[in-house]
Amino acid sequence: MTSSPPAMLPGGPGGVLDGKGKQTFLDGIWGNNPISIQVLGVCSALAVTARLANSLVMGVALIFVCVGSNLFVSLLRNVTPRRIRMIAEMAIIATFVILFDQFLKGFYWEMSRQLGPYVGLIITNCIVMGRAEAFALQNRPLVSIVDGVANGLGYAVVLAVIGFARELLGAGTVLGYTVLSTDWYTPCQLMILAPGAFIALGLLIAVYNGFKGPEPEETTP
Amino acid sequence: MNETSAWVILIAAIFTNNILLSNFLGMCSFLACSKQIPTALGLGAAVIFVMTGTVALNYWIYHSLLVPLEIEHLQFIVFIAVIAAFVQFVEMFIERFSPPLYYALGIFLPLITVNCAILGASLFMVIRKYTFAQSMGFGFGAGVGWALAIVLIAGLQRKMLYSNVPWPFRGVAITMIITGVMAMAFMGFAGMVTIQ
Repeated sequence: MTSSPPAMLPGGPGGVLDGKGKQTFLDGIWGNNPISIQVLGVCSALAVTARLANSLVMGVALIFVCVGSNLFVSLLRNVTPRRIRMIAEMAIIATFVILFDQFLKGFYWEMSRQLGPYVGLIITNCIVMGRAEAFALQNRPLVSIVDGVANGLGYAVVLAVIGFARELLGAGTVLGYTVLSTDWYTPCQLMILAPGAFIALGLLIAVYNGFKGPEPEETTP
Repeated sequence: MNETSAWVILIAAIFTNNILLSNFLGMCSFLACSKQIPTALGLGAAVIFVMTGTVALNYWIYHSLLVPLEIEHLQFIVFIAVIAAFVQFVEMFIERFSPPLYYALGIFLPLITVNCAILGASLFMVIRKYTFAQSMGFGFGAGVGWALAIVLIAGLQRKMLYSNVPWPFRGVAITMIITGVMAMAFMGFAGMVTIQ
């Protein structure tokens, strides 16, 4: 996808959502989803998803950091010497993570306490680094923002699905509201505990693979 | 909590609060390198070494630089810089003085900079307000626990080469599920020692 004729584009006059932008967007969310296909950033996908609210906050955090770091890495791509680019990317990412962490600490202390070290661990979240390295270094700022939003969203959606399933099955609640009453539903404690996270993510990836269909070379065992 | 002995923390970090199986840290390199036992052993050894070293360094920097200067909010950027520098330094040091060890560990060292378990150990140390001895116990224990988990999973992966896994589960999905079963097995240790 280098460039497409503008006639067939639903994207609007700004050219942000031109052919490449749209393809980038869809890739991030479905075609090349950061968690289920690239299997990046699974640490936090497992750790914060015991409750839906935490998953959503983490999703927002990742979108923010991804967009910010993609934008700045892309803006600075022509002036960053090739050899120190990793350190430069690391510093940019850490800056945005610190911003978000301070924001949480200032306005949502309870949430910040529950997420614990996992906000800080966004720095080593391979998705952010991977997108900066693989996409933002080669592309213009606007497309890079789209890529950041898309990958952040792809990540947030997976987190929300796992968080929803784990909270519903494990505690019978959604966002703290009781959905499955304990009168007739016995909460499956396993889903809230650590093993439930691994199993839930494993099943999710399997279902995703099931939708995509088998790999061509694997159709005949 | 502050009186907990460093040895108790060490045992807890290996078994009951395993950094991989109960805190989910270091999953990326775990998924990439858990196919063969020798690779897993090499990466595990490198993680034990780097984690112990960086926790000690970060403890010292946090308590003698960041806290007196009241710039604790810079901890993320400082910690990651310390980890990157430490890994780089260790790599050069080993290459110079012990080439065999370098060839055994060398390729794993750069990977470790972005291993979230390493940064996570330093962050847990700050959040749980460990003393220096406790931090050392925690850093070493967490490294050993991580290495133990990855070697065990590598062994299981070998067995799985000969089993007929349904196609949607092939690859990462089944690895996740056996890791979940392993985490359940490790929960059997709960109650042996308790931290936090």
